[in-house]
Amino acid sequence: MSKTLKYVFLSFWTLFVFVPLSWALTTSFKTPDAVNQGATFIPWVQFEPTVAGWQDILGISGYANLIPNMVNSAIVTFFASLISVSLGGFAAYGLSRFRYGWKYYGNSDIIFFFIAQRILPPVVLAIPFFLLLKGLNLLDTHLGLILVLTSGLMPIVVWLMVDFFNQIPREIDEMAMLEGCNPFQAFRRTILPLSKPGIAISAIFCVIFGWNDLFFSLVLTFTNVKTLPAAVVALNGTVTPFWTLSASAIFSILPLIGFVFIVERYLAKGGFSGAVR
Amino acid sequence: MNLYLENAGVSQGKEVILEGITYDFEPGRIYVLMGRTSAGKTSLMRTIAGLIELTQGKMLFDGKDFDALPTWQRNTSMVYQQFINYPNLTVLENVTFPLRRSGMSRALAEETAHKLIDKVGLGDFLDRLPGKLSGGQQQRVAIARALIRNANVLLLDEPLMNLDYKLREQLREEFRDLLTTARNSVTIYATTEPSEALLIGDELIIMHEGKVIQHGKPSAVFEHPNSVTVAKIVNDPPMSILPAKISDGMLCIGDLLRLRIPMHLVGIPDGVYQAGFRASELTISTDGEVTEQGVVDLVEVAGSETLIYVNTPTGEIVIQKEGIHGYHVGEKLGVSIPSARTFLFNPSGELVVAPGN
Repeated sequence: MSKTLKYVFLSFWTLFVFVPLSWALTTSFKTPDAVNQGATFIPWVQFEPTVAGWQDILGISGYANLIPNMVNSAIVTFFASLISVSLGGFAAYGLSRFRYGWKYYGNSDIIFFFIAQRILPPVVLAIPFFLLLKGLNLLDTHLGLILVLTSGLMPIVVWLMVDFFNQIPREIDEMAMLEGCNPFQAFRRTILPLSKPGIAISAIFCVIFGWNDLFFSLVLTFTNVKTLPAAVVALNGTVTPFWTLSASAIFSILPLIGFVFIVERYLAKGGFSGAVR
Repeated sequence: MNLYLENAGVSQGKEVILEGITYDFEPGRIYVLMGRTSAGKTSLMRTIAGLIELTQGKMLFDGKDFDALPTWQRNTSMVYQQFINYPNLTVLENVTFPLRRSGMSRALAEETAHKLIDKVGLGDFLDRLPGKLSGGQQQRVAIARALIRNANVLLLDEPLMNLDYKLREQLREEFRDLLTTARNSVTIYATTEPSEALLIGDELIIMHEGKVIQHGKPSAVFEHPNSVTVAKIVNDPPMSILPAKISDGMLCIGDLLRLRIPMHLVGIPDGVYQAGFRASELTISTDGEVTEQGVVDLVEVAGSETLIYVNTPTGEIVIQKEGIHGYHVGEKLGVSIPSARTFLFNPSGELVVAPGN
């Protein structure tokens, strides 16, 4: 592919991704008149911006307040991701370095068993999870939703991290143990610093999936722990104006964009050049 | 502070990896393990390091059960064939890592490391990451890391194997000096190269199929290999082994060549034997000599030497000739057999007699 063609394609793709986002962003600052004028993108030139939509969702105008829902989402996503990445990371390290199994079944079968849980559509799990949380008195609690989300996120972490750990030469662990580290210290002092890109990717996946979860939040939480996606959906599209809906959409993805920008720097780091030649 | 192995063995399923190894390693001496690939050299080292579990026999260090200790409590150091370093740590951090793990303060660890890093010639690269160093420099970092702490056992598993020829020669020269740093350690050095064994080793241990088949002073093993297998291992290029017969005061090589029996074979009973000749002691014949006739099968130039592989009716003969020579594949040659340098083995491969020095 020639360079020019490549840039044409990339420019087209950038527009494809960026236009809907910028449309939503500009709509969130528009008045009803400006919205009815069609696709306009440049504030103060094409339309006069207003923060009315944002006031609607931040509890200033009294229409709705999505901040408590964002806090709920942050709590649930943070802890579900933290548990998934930590425990899933350990599980992946074990599956990468040690042999488990019974008869003909080994590590690859265990890894498949983990990821196979993702094959089930969430709706199949809704009733069992509902009854389980009800029995444990965890319906409409942060902990209940964290546990349910963790069960879905951890397989992704295990699947991603096993592959990542497999790329780190085993000799590094052996060397650390020869130099006085027990297996846990070898993991913490040598493997973990080398795993930053893998952890970053896993964390990004967990946070995106956790943050955007709508289904379990709708089924397993009601009033106390309503998360942001559930709250945005609850802003009924027939009665809530476009600009307020646009503001709520932008509001709900802002933390994700911020998180990805922070974590993205770790993706470039790492590499095992100089580990084994 | 001896490392003592008694009838040590390792099996994985039905596969026997090490078998019946009994040996007493003393500190301050360099033990060279030699053997072909898969002879068990690396497995023995990994067993001593605790990376492979001993399944038979005992391993004692200073009279105490060494096998009961996990790897991280054995205080062993190892340099691998591949150059293994922590890729995220600088040269200085790599070398201080073992000292910091043992609880030494950063200042003292760095001071100790500086001296050793200077000794291995990396004083100007303290802040470099291993990935930014050449292969030889990376292996020097690994060697410095292994030498930095006074390990009970220092294991070097073919540390020069992956280096280029020139660098290997250079580091081989330096090794003897570097290893004096570890004079309180039991030092075990694995190699496939006889020249390394002769240059570095105080003791030579020959391994084959997971067993120790001969040990002793390197020169003694080299001069008196107790079997055809050892003779092939300690000679590079390998010794040429030809079928032989002693009868009526004559040494017959194959069916065609009859030589007067040399002094060192006088008194050996008549019978069927195998005769071994070192490549460096075989020569291309000049006119009038009694020779074994053959056809050149392969010509290799190694450094400043030429190796000529000659197919004869009796068997393949390898000749090592100083200098670079232009022999061609298919060329007919006569090989002069130096009967006075015959290693005589019985049909089952055990040494009967070796030539004198």
